[in-house]
Amino acid sequence: MSSMKNNAGLPRLLMVDDEVTILRFLRSVLDTGEFSLYQADNGHGALAAAAAVRPDIILLDLGLPDMEGVEVIRRIREWSKVPIIVLSVRDGEENKVGALDAGADDYLIKPFGVAELQARIRVSLRRSLQQAPEPVYRCSGLEVDLAQRRVLVRGEEVQFTPTEYELLRLLVSHAGKVLTHGQILRQIWGTAHADQQNVLRVNIRNLRQKIEEDASRPRHIVTELGVGYRLKSD
Amino acid sequence: MRTDQEARPSPETLLRVAQAEEAEYGRGKLKIFLGYAAGVGKTYAMLEAARQRKGDGRDVVAGYVESHGRPETDLLLEGLEVIPQARIDYLGVLLPEMDIDAVLARRPHIALVDELAHTNAPGSRHEKRWQDVEELLGAGIDVYTTVNIQHFESLNDVVAQITGVVVRETVPDRLLDLAVEIRLVDIPPEDLLQRLHEGKIYIPEKAALATEKFFKPGNLMALRELSLRRAASRVDDQMRAYMESRSIAGPWPVAERLLVCVSGSPFSERLIRTTRRLADEMKAAWHTVYIETPGGSRYTRENRARVWRDLRLAESLGAQVATLSSTSVAEALIDYAVKNNVTKIVVGKPTKPRWREFLRQPLVDQIIRHSGPIDVHVVSIAGEGERTVPKGAPRPVDWSEYLKSLLLVLFTSLVCEPARWYLAPTNLVMIFLLAVVLAAVRLGRRPAVLTATLSVLAFDFFFVPPRFTFAVTDAEYFITFGALFTVGIVISSLVSQSRERAEAIRDREVQTASLYHLSRDLAVASDLKGILDALLKNITESHDAQIAVLLPEKERLELKRGSDGLVLDLKELAVADWAFRNRRPAGRGTETLISAALLYLPIQSSGAALGVLGVRLGNEADYTSQLSRRLLEAFATQAALAIERVHLGKQAEQAQILQARESLERALLNSISHDLRTPLVSITGALGALRDKGSPLEQEAREDLLDAAWEDAGRLNRFVGNLLDMTRLESGALRLKLIPCDVQDLLGCALAALEPQLGKRSIEVTVPSGLPLVRMDMVLMAQVVVNLLDNAVKYTPRQSSIELAARLADGTLILEVCDRGRGIPENDLKRVFDKFYRVPVPEGAGGTGLGLSICRGIVEAHGGSIRAENREGGGLRMIVELPVPESEREEAYRVQYEE
Repeated sequence: MSSMKNNAGLPRLLMVDDEVTILRFLRSVLDTGEFSLYQADNGHGALAAAAAVRPDIILLDLGLPDMEGVEVIRRIREWSKVPIIVLSVRDGEENKVGALDAGADDYLIKPFGVAELQARIRVSLRRSLQQAPEPVYRCSGLEVDLAQRRVLVRGEEVQFTPTEYELLRLLVSHAGKVLTHGQILRQIWGTAHADQQNVLRVNIRNLRQKIEEDASRPRHIVTELGVGYRLKSD
Repeated sequence: MRTDQEARPSPETLLRVAQAEEAEYGRGKLKIFLGYAAGVGKTYAMLEAARQRKGDGRDVVAGYVESHGRPETDLLLEGLEVIPQARIDYLGVLLPEMDIDAVLARRPHIALVDELAHTNAPGSRHEKRWQDVEELLGAGIDVYTTVNIQHFESLNDVVAQITGVVVRETVPDRLLDLAVEIRLVDIPPEDLLQRLHEGKIYIPEKAALATEKFFKPGNLMALRELSLRRAASRVDDQMRAYMESRSIAGPWPVAERLLVCVSGSPFSERLIRTTRRLADEMKAAWHTVYIETPGGSRYTRENRARVWRDLRLAESLGAQVATLSSTSVAEALIDYAVKNNVTKIVVGKPTKPRWREFLRQPLVDQIIRHSGPIDVHVVSIAGEGERTVPKGAPRPVDWSEYLKSLLLVLFTSLVCEPARWYLAPTNLVMIFLLAVVLAAVRLGRRPAVLTATLSVLAFDFFFVPPRFTFAVTDAEYFITFGALFTVGIVISSLVSQSRERAEAIRDREVQTASLYHLSRDLAVASDLKGILDALLKNITESHDAQIAVLLPEKERLELKRGSDGLVLDLKELAVADWAFRNRRPAGRGTETLISAALLYLPIQSSGAALGVLGVRLGNEADYTSQLSRRLLEAFATQAALAIERVHLGKQAEQAQILQARESLERALLNSISHDLRTPLVSITGALGALRDKGSPLEQEAREDLLDAAWEDAGRLNRFVGNLLDMTRLESGALRLKLIPCDVQDLLGCALAALEPQLGKRSIEVTVPSGLPLVRMDMVLMAQVVVNLLDNAVKYTPRQSSIELAARLADGTLILEVCDRGRGIPENDLKRVFDKFYRVPVPEGAGGTGLGLSICRGIVEAHGGSIRAENREGGGLRMIVELPVPESEREEAYRVQYEE
């Protein structure tokens, strides 16, 4: 664990990776003055740093030499809600689902674009710094007023079934974050329905038909293949 | 005029020399110590020579030496290593024999084996000691051996004539030819007799008997002359061979070829020996044939066994042996003679009574009539040797047949009795003639002859006036009698001949059919098991036999297939092994290891032994029957060809697989090195240029470089992804996670993944609104659509449109990706899905050649199919079809409308 700059007040960012080149790359693209950077190159170091530094966000590699990244997520989640973005070369869906279900907030596959990384970091930070969800969600033509249970699509009010609305509400309250199929199913239909994927798919389709301009090229509800869905936020 | 050309040895000569040298290579050398009687000092001479060799540093052991208790011989034996003799238990007596396995295991340079002509105790490996010697030579061990002149097969009867003693223990003459060196051990007969009287050869009582029976001065002189002559002719042969190989012109006789025919008669053996002697004198090659005639099939078993023995004898005397089949002995013989350039045919003098010559022309006359330019030697054989071989037992006479012919004649007479009022006597004869024909057809030859005779008598007695007497008033009736009798005889012999012929043909047909069945079964057998099954089935059927097929497995023969209940013990396996190693038949019915329960035939093709076929025949006589042995050998040959075919097929297949793998690996390596390196070039190039602080690059150029590097990095990433996918697909690690999927979502995901490449291109997506969820692995199927779309984008102009469509028809989900590019040449439509196949395009767009083959792998894993077709009006249509089970569709609809 080490800290590059100790600028109090800046969000603290902990990078965990065993590859020196990756750490070096992350450092150079993130050293923009927005964060104070910390790094660790193994699982135990990451846990110690997380406890000592109390970072505001963690970038975590899954393939660590001493322990599995998923295990690191689980241990941190035992006591902290700090946003964790997984950076991994493992592109298998089961890896993503595993990490997300263990409590990771986002999952980025290496190689990734710098802009993409920065955007994800911003979204995660904003969400974690928010005390309560904003009562109104607005994004390119879609306006969801959670307090009044009102949804406007390009200025017109649209009606939803109760399930559709619940689904939309869940996505809105986690806007920008990937929700796995399992997470959505558990939240809306309860644990008993955790494997009823077809119900979820049909509802997503209906939802898209109501809020998307072109359901074949959705702009709001994005499918994370084999993982789940994410409501795009800007 | 003689030219250099002619002076050179002919190619045939050189080939013969080369073959002989080749055959000699690796074989042991044989040295024979030849004497003319016991006591001339052969063993002594052999031991002396052995000691000398040992002095030269050669490894000499005594395999078997018989000292006959002579002290000077024992003295010489001292200091030589003696291999302990094997004791063979025969009827409670332990007979000493050479322990051939011990000698083989010991592997000396030279083995001494006394008494070449010795007959081994029953139960030994070989019947004769000379066979042991051959095996030692075959194993590369030099052998010194002793033998007396009278033991050589071709001299056997001459010696018997001279001495009156028939020598039972004989050695094939070819051993004499085989010997590299013959050492004549000679002392004058007077000295020999002197030694005999001194008791140096036999103990006194035995010596007295020997003097009386064998050691007569006249005998000894004759034998001595024989041995000297034999040795001299051997020297002569060597000289000729030497001259021939070095092309020294000499008075060679024209190449003579002799032919002798054996019939199974007791005189055949003598005929064979005579021919061999003639051939020797003329330096001629000689052939022995046996001609099977349809009538011959009736011959007794003994006769057949004798033919078989005669042919083996001829073979061992150096003849080329053949068995022919024909209706006429003379014709077949002449035919064979002409085909084989035979110059002389040797036949025996006829022995049959002269009157029979009127009925049938003697063979000698037939041969002489047809022989044309071929000389015919008629040799006297009858009357001289008294060694008559027992005649074949007469065929059991079926008296009922004769009784039937008697009854037939009586019945005919009864029928004729009332008829004589209406018919002239000459027509009554016709009725009797009918009876004769009937007898010939139904009862066989002899009863038919009887019928003819009885008919003549009955006709005379009952119907020729004066009736009821044999007296004949009208002499014209004698013509009737004569005609009736002659016609009866002729008809009966014709009918019986045609019957015999039919029988022979049937035999042949059975043989041909069984061979045909085997070859047919073998032709369809695609593997070793099939071949062995076919062999087992066919031999079992055709021979009522049990068989065992042994094939080599790691240097050892193993029973691969055997009839049920057939068990081979170690001894049988050893016999089979011998047949395999020596590539000669062994076991029952052969000369080698005859105590075995089965006959073992090597399965060999083009010289290499592939295995051994063991047969236990149901019929004892079949072991020595020419017919059955030939058929079995034909079976073995067929099996060998089939086994070889399977071997070759397997090799070819492996070679093909290897080649395919190699070419694929080459393609893979080429592709990888190309596709990995090319993007790296632009990336490293761009980075290098940007790093260079002093570079005068404009901002715009920098951005261009960066864009190019960025694009290529993406390309590199995609390629690695493709390789990983391909590896997963091929390693079988791919497991489909089938879940109900929204097809529209699927297309949406693919479009989203290609967002940057698609740019502003117009994409038309057609998905019917009622399309149900379809069970599939969405991640993989999305990859399929991405790859197809990616191709469409890559290979079509920027502004052309792309259409994506999905629909359900006949329980099949059809996905189509259509573009308006240039399409693909018709004959490449199928190949585009092959690994590393790239449609040649002039611009050389950078595909990996993997995308479509990954698509195919994924679609096929779903049980679907993928194909490409050119569109009307230009462009390509890629069609993916996935089966959607009925139940699933219903289920999907139910969920859909539950909400």
